[in-house]
Amino acid sequence: MLKGGVIMDVVDADQAKIAEEAGACAVMALERVPADIRKDGGVARMSNPRMIKEIQDSVSIPVMAKVRIGHFVEAQVLQSLSIDFIDESEVLTPADETNHVDKFEFDAPFVCGATNLGEALRRIGEGAAMIRSKGEAGTGNVVEAVRHMREIVGGIKHLTTLSSTELPTAAKNLQAPLELVREVATAGWLPVPVFCAGGIATPADAALMMQLGAEGNFVGSGIFKSDDPERRAKAIVEATTHFNDPERIAAASEQLGEAMPGIEMAALGEDGRLAGRGW
Amino acid sequence: MLAVQGGFQRHVEHLREAGAEPVEVRLPTELEDLDGLILPGGESTTINMGIEKAGLAPAILAHHEAGRPVLGTCAGMIVAGKEHLDLIEITTRRNAFGRQLASFEDDIEVEGIVEGKIRAVFIRAPWVESTGDGVEVLAEVRDHPVAVRQGTVTALSFHPELTPDNRIHLWFSELCAA
Repeated sequence: MLKGGVIMDVVDADQAKIAEEAGACAVMALERVPADIRKDGGVARMSNPRMIKEIQDSVSIPVMAKVRIGHFVEAQVLQSLSIDFIDESEVLTPADETNHVDKFEFDAPFVCGATNLGEALRRIGEGAAMIRSKGEAGTGNVVEAVRHMREIVGGIKHLTTLSSTELPTAAKNLQAPLELVREVATAGWLPVPVFCAGGIATPADAALMMQLGAEGNFVGSGIFKSDDPERRAKAIVEATTHFNDPERIAAASEQLGEAMPGIEMAALGEDGRLAGRGW
Repeated sequence: MLAVQGGFQRHVEHLREAGAEPVEVRLPTELEDLDGLILPGGESTTINMGIEKAGLAPAILAHHEAGRPVLGTCAGMIVAGKEHLDLIEITTRRNAFGRQLASFEDDIEVEGIVEGKIRAVFIRAPWVESTGDGVEVLAEVRDHPVAVRQGTVTALSFHPELTPDNRIHLWFSELCAA
């Protein structure tokens, strides 16, 4: 039960312990945080199982790990390690440019990224148990996460205003399964939790995403690429819980040191954007 | 409704359906004058830290000592136990039934709370490892207690808010109104 919590990227057992002690509700085990994946280039793949096991042994909170989009064997491997959640992630280099993993084939739950409602519903239609915004990982710039969260939440609101006769066309335009579109139009929310990911660097960023409708936050490079990871991790947890309380967010933001250096979207160019991966 | 972290939103919806007026509690002052408190499922380490950081423990103890009911579900059971808030004389084992993959559902009877069986959803659920003298065991799964009560404090290993069945929230709302 991860809602209302913060899931932190960690690259080893020591970082995992820092994350747990700071109040993370789960950790994402990966070999390089997105900012380093960006910097190093090359093909980014599933993490080494030994590293994942070491992290599983070091903390009592759930451990997640990433697989490349469409790489169902990496997912089989993670499931065999009893991983708690599999993230089919655009942060890694895609393995299949046409198909995502058939997530119904697995017992382990999946989280998938989305940039808009149609994409979120396609992933849920493939069996995802949780959706997160893609944002733009490793940039420390929250602008894309805001765009994606507004697209998803706005798309849901729009569906609730439609009559039943309009829903088949809406499903066609969203390129999403009609049954799911009907369900969302009636319920006014997705059938799975929606978290934010991709660019959160400060406590205020985390609270912003919660106020925009996220049910929890993933923070990647933002913590361990900052000056004082321990304190920043705690502050981001605090801001995620008390997201409507500016005084507490202010108090948590004092004495944090420098946030990770950010990247302006225009500086990335189209090729540098990870959110375009997946379909 | 403790709202530090975890699955409190569905509890809030179930309480509303049951005719109660739920209030989300993140700060000590928000707990004053409430008739009952639910400690939700979530990550118990995260919830315990959130309670500590917000200075909520004294307010929860005062609520309990005033004889107002408390219901802990899943991680909330751990938080209510002896190792943490000590509202009920139980010790618990975290993730006792296994990791996420070992999550399961079962139809169980919870003595004295609901008539007949109720669908119980166990997600990385704890079980009760030991109980003090005054603790009643209301349900067991695989020979381990998963529902216990002592006075006004009830603790469940499972998530009653994740099924449409509203009977546990009705029972708790009535208990708080009484």
